[in-house]
Amino acid sequence: MERDDVIEYSLYNHHNEEEGKKIRKNIYLVTIILSVVTIVEVLMGVLLPKAALGMNSTAWEMVKLGYVILTLLKAGYIVVIFMHLGDERKSLKWAILAPYALFILYLLYILLVEASA
Amino acid sequence: MAAEASKPIDSKVLWGGGRSPFSVSYGKLMMWFFLISDALTFGGFLGALGFARHKFEAVWPVTEQIFYHFPFVPHDVHLPLLYVALMTFILIVSSVTMVLAVEAGHRMDKKGVTKWLALTVVGGFIFLGSQAWEWSTFIHGSDHGVYKLNSGFTTELVTSGGEKTTADLGSGVVAEIQADESLLIKNGEFIGSTVTGEDAEAIKSTAEFVHGASLTRNEYGHQLYADFFFFITGFHGTHVLSGVILNLVILINVIKGVYHKRGHYEMVEKSGLYWHFVDLVWVFVFTFFYLV
Repeated sequence: MERDDVIEYSLYNHHNEEEGKKIRKNIYLVTIILSVVTIVEVLMGVLLPKAALGMNSTAWEMVKLGYVILTLLKAGYIVVIFMHLGDERKSLKWAILAPYALFILYLLYILLVEASA
Repeated sequence: MAAEASKPIDSKVLWGGGRSPFSVSYGKLMMWFFLISDALTFGGFLGALGFARHKFEAVWPVTEQIFYHFPFVPHDVHLPLLYVALMTFILIVSSVTMVLAVEAGHRMDKKGVTKWLALTVVGGFIFLGSQAWEWSTFIHGSDHGVYKLNSGFTTELVTSGGEKTTADLGSGVVAEIQADESLLIKNGEFIGSTVTGEDAEAIKSTAEFVHGASLTRNEYGHQLYADFFFFITGFHGTHVLSGVILNLVILINVIKGVYHKRGHYEMVEKSGLYWHFVDLVWVFVFTFFYLV
């Protein structure tokens, strides 16, 4: 049932076969990137284990930092490409990311500060 | 793609009422807002995990030494984290099939949506099965079980003949029963003191035998490790389960042609957002529970 007082935004999202080909190519490219990053993470886990590097060593800190960067990279690809947040209006991007960043940074800050007390 | 969202619209028109200033439908916007709150819940879980782990660093288990099993592979073959990595890959692939279903929906390609959505459901079921297997392996525990000493250290009691193999269980403390029934306490490379007579008896009688893991016991090390494992992967698994059910319901509707009649496949897009989110959370669980 079509209502003419409601804008069907989803109708504007349609694309033709030509554009679809381009979009699919992009999806496959992201798939390869995500798989490679996962493989790199596992290789890091096998080749640079915590037990061998020592729990409080600088090397392990760097490996940990590497994991965090790779994870954020993967998360970015999933959110921007798979969840299409990259295609949304700027105001929507802010409405989603800003409150989350605010709360999660606050949570981490309070945990880190209180944990060392 | 999202043509309406990339169109330049005068802000007076955009925010003047009668339309969504974000150029998305109500349902999609609400799905996003739900995902933000859900992501904060998971953020709280992982933050608390980091907190507990930091506090009990000395007795916190090393994940590679627990999750090294692989289905249909003998127990003594160590393949650390390989199965978890495979599960991660399966979930990523099911995310890809989901985004392909959304793409097919934008072309009103009913056959394509059906195919890709069905594959997404299959991927979800494989992941759930893997998680059940992982839980079962964790709950059953190692081949032999350990003794928990009063000091909080976990040890294995090994006869002087060395009949039980010693797996390093985080703390690396091993107690060997000598021929004279005394105990030789070893801490990794360091061979410690021999405890004899009453002291040895006291340690043996107060030590608690633990085999496997649950919410109240954990042979691998600190109890909180097991608790976080069950809560985080369990909460995520519940999300996967509801995602699979959601996708299944929508798949049935796609096959029945409900969305084709409606003129757009936005419902696939909305459940797709949820499904990608489930994948997104697992990416973080994989890093912060298993890898780090």
